[in-house]
Amino acid sequence: MSSTVNEINILNADDAELMRISREGTLSLNLNEMKTIQTHFGALGRNPTDVEIETIAQTWSEHCVHKTFKSIIRYSEDGKAPEQIDGLFPTYIQRATEDIAKPWCVSVFSDNAGIIEFDETFNLVFKVETHNHPSAIEPYGGAGTGIGGVIRDSLGTGLGAKPILNTDVFCFGMSDMPYTALPKGTLHPKRVFKGVVAGVRDYGNRMGIPTANGAILFDSRYTANPLVFCGNVGLIPRNRCEKSVEPGDLVVAVGGQTGRDGIHGATFSSAELDDTSESLGSVVQIGNPIMEKKIVDALLQARDRNLYRSITDCGAGGFSSAVGEMGEDIGAEVHLERVSLKYEGLAPWEIWLSEAQERMVIAVPPENLSELVAICEAEFVEATVLGTFTDSHRLQVFYEGAIVADLEMEFLHNGLPKPVKAAVWQPPKHPEMPSRDEGIGVGNPSYMDDLRRLLASPNIASKESVIRQYDHGVQGGVVINPLVGVANDGPSDACVITPVLGSRKGVVIANGINPKYSDVDPYLSAASAIDEALRNIVAVGGTLEKTALLDNFCWGNPDKPDRLGELVRAAKACYDFATAYGTPFISGKDSLYNEYRDTTTGEQRAIPSTLLISAICVIPDICNAVTMDVKAPDNLIYVVGNTYAELGGSHYFGIHGFIGNSAPVVRPDDGKRTMERLSSAINSGLVRSCHDCSEGGIGVAVAEMAFAGGYGMRLNLDNVPIGDETDADDYLLFSESNSRFIVEVEPQHREAYENHIAGVPIGYLGTVTESPEFVITGKTGHPIVETSIDVLKSAWQTPLHS
Amino acid sequence: MMQPKVLILRTAGTNCDAETETAFQLAGAETALVHIQNLISGKVNLSDYHILAIPGGFSYGDDISAGILLAVEMKHKLTDELNRFVGAGKLVIGICNGFQVLVRTGLLPGTDSSAEMTQRATLAMNTSAKFECRWVDLETQESPCVFTKGIKPCVYLPVAHAEGRFTAPADVLADLEANNQVVFRYADSGYPNNPNGSDADIAGICDATGRIFGLMPHPERFLTKWNHPRWTRIAEVQGSGSEEGDGLAIFKNAVNYVKANRL
Repeated sequence: MSSTVNEINILNADDAELMRISREGTLSLNLNEMKTIQTHFGALGRNPTDVEIETIAQTWSEHCVHKTFKSIIRYSEDGKAPEQIDGLFPTYIQRATEDIAKPWCVSVFSDNAGIIEFDETFNLVFKVETHNHPSAIEPYGGAGTGIGGVIRDSLGTGLGAKPILNTDVFCFGMSDMPYTALPKGTLHPKRVFKGVVAGVRDYGNRMGIPTANGAILFDSRYTANPLVFCGNVGLIPRNRCEKSVEPGDLVVAVGGQTGRDGIHGATFSSAELDDTSESLGSVVQIGNPIMEKKIVDALLQARDRNLYRSITDCGAGGFSSAVGEMGEDIGAEVHLERVSLKYEGLAPWEIWLSEAQERMVIAVPPENLSELVAICEAEFVEATVLGTFTDSHRLQVFYEGAIVADLEMEFLHNGLPKPVKAAVWQPPKHPEMPSRDEGIGVGNPSYMDDLRRLLASPNIASKESVIRQYDHGVQGGVVINPLVGVANDGPSDACVITPVLGSRKGVVIANGINPKYSDVDPYLSAASAIDEALRNIVAVGGTLEKTALLDNFCWGNPDKPDRLGELVRAAKACYDFATAYGTPFISGKDSLYNEYRDTTTGEQRAIPSTLLISAICVIPDICNAVTMDVKAPDNLIYVVGNTYAELGGSHYFGIHGFIGNSAPVVRPDDGKRTMERLSSAINSGLVRSCHDCSEGGIGVAVAEMAFAGGYGMRLNLDNVPIGDETDADDYLLFSESNSRFIVEVEPQHREAYENHIAGVPIGYLGTVTESPEFVITGKTGHPIVETSIDVLKSAWQTPLHS
Repeated sequence: MMQPKVLILRTAGTNCDAETETAFQLAGAETALVHIQNLISGKVNLSDYHILAIPGGFSYGDDISAGILLAVEMKHKLTDELNRFVGAGKLVIGICNGFQVLVRTGLLPGTDSSAEMTQRATLAMNTSAKFECRWVDLETQESPCVFTKGIKPCVYLPVAHAEGRFTAPADVLADLEANNQVVFRYADSGYPNNPNGSDADIAGICDATGRIFGLMPHPERFLTKWNHPRWTRIAEVQGSGSEEGDGLAIFKNAVNYVKANRL
């Protein structure tokens, strides 16, 4: 055995010693897992090497194997009898996709990204990842390598997809937080914001991938645990979607050199953060987008010449995960001294685990090696043969001739004991906020101030200052920009691109995310996120029929039953509403342990339970797409879909310091009918503009449409269709009920439009006006908002002026 | 009729090559994406082509400053090839990073003896100190530029760059004006339509012959009307009934010039 390899003495260790080994080695393994390893090696009659135990820890990490989503859960809700769930993922996510059974799903949940059909020549891949823990410690590097990592997921799907679009969603603490209130050892939210945006900008722009969709959310509970979701869409030839590995194929590493950066990233992200995490510098990776661009340039050429049989990226766990996964069914042997290093001095386990960026592993038949190497050399990319795939069913790692790890693939991939976890959910009870209609006309004559405050609130206000730092036009295919309207500055519901230049076939990308509703019920939050993502797709001209979803769960510590109970609620909603809408999940990811602990005070903080739903839709002709800005005076404005008194978790309650209890429900029968008929009306050319009605309700939606189009509006709430007894003006104006849209229709199309959408509750609100005056009359007959679009726009653009 | 051949130069970090290739193909040219290594090694001969296009991107990461490493490489390793190419009356276009490269090689604005390849101007960091992705109105100037012959007086194109502020010593700027070498100006001096704070609102220039052209905006991103950020506002964009974007004319002009002059 090599002198640089240590034996880890676990055979004689007691429970306390096992946990010390796990903790001090950043292994993030629990006692049951450590004991399973102890028993396995006990039977072999030897201790594991550091290379072996590290390999197991990476492979078994929450980050890599998603054990919470596969575990058995005993779930009890509101004091009812407990229910046993045999894995959240198979029960609620995978089963939804199986039940929906869309023929255009090419590959789901098995590869690095999901694959759906696009046209006769190409398929699309889509994946969204998170890079939360690294971004908390080093925002620029953490976020940049987050986008770099998810691009490699597309490149590592099938035999490699060309990355064509990035999408990014961030959740930060409040920018105006006083420095004195900052939790120990954390960065100020402003610093995190700036660093994350710069990191994503510099990586995405340099790679030449348009970043044309995203969202930014703010909540003080994200201060110590910011969330950074990075997504990538790729385009892949239909005959390059399958991979295989044969014994005798060479294990070839392509791309950057290996250093000591990013060691323990996988296990680090599977634990809570605390006030000492900032000193864990080496867990954050270092990005080099130009290296990654070169790899894409080289590998896509090699792919088209069929030079390799399989590909995956070196992400969490580095070579240990990449080679371990590729060789899972057959076996592999690797010689670590062949790895190209950034510098000398790495121990074998460090080489094996390093998460140095911009590295891919491919399986190359020996006869193709010289051609592959020639392509890589021509693009200035290193390609190194590390070993061979074997038929030993073992993962064997050598260093300078000595064997330093010898693990059975079966134990490595299936030896992890299935945990049993407890989950509880108890509906919270928050104080209710009554309608403020009574005060209207007395001291506070209107809802003007509320509307202005909502538009200026960080979650709703313009994100233009960020969006313009991203190149959203590169590759030449963007046809609906993230910013739309007469001055190119209104908030688009979704982006549309034509990935094949010259073809009018398009791809729509949108997202939905409503963490505030989790404070009432994570089930409603998840349902609303799905509804919102789908609304955004429909609003620009997409259809439910051709839409697929991705789920990204960011949660607190799932070992705590109340956090896990919230996760169960959200997962149940994923099944219920994906199946109701007929929109399958094709890929997803979870990031748990988003909690912060102050080691001095013992204070514990979790993020709001946050589910991001990303949606992708294929549309036959981009000519039928619409945008959200109103187009011409005298056109008619309608609200589509019923409004209910659903203000729990709403922004309106939020600005008045309330949460409430009636978060928006999704009524999928109504929602599906609404979206299908509206899609049909849009694609028949009967709608001039359409906007999703979400944060801030009807009030914010109509204001955004008016100032984006540069015209005023004269509206009346009398005809707003209601699903309950609500008649308070503020509730009608600011309720965030799901499955609603605002549309603009030309007068000559009034009848055709109304016939087209028959069966869906709609309400005629009023007209677009040439003059910039913006007036909304309440049910009482008084104007409750009376202002000009310039005032509203200026409020909404607050972040641009500050 | 001979089909004009365009060499689209690539290197590490080039990223607008595919849409530049599409633009030239739509304009009727035969195209080749060529890595600079293949020009330096002699595997590919520049002289076999009629048009050299240097597309946008971040060549070599824009390390040191935008475009400089590729410029140095071209200046020192392809000196003769470039001089012969230009001397033969052939066309060169540099877009965004390509413009930065042409300015740093000295091919733009150029001197009376282009063989010198001395840098006389620069593209500095935007005055906003940020990357800017936005559409801008351009005014087409009277110039000898063959790429913009007969083009509309007002052109709408996107920019996407952090280092696009054209600046040069007063005498160089005076020469540019005297020789009509300014091809495009940002139509409004103020930010954001002049997105980078360029001197004299300069968005694109040519050499004295009009055959070497560089610009910060991206004509290859406006090939069809659906690229226009306001195509859904029909009245404004669809007035002409054409499905062609403003950018395509630049590539068509180049291809037609090659055909007309039998280069």
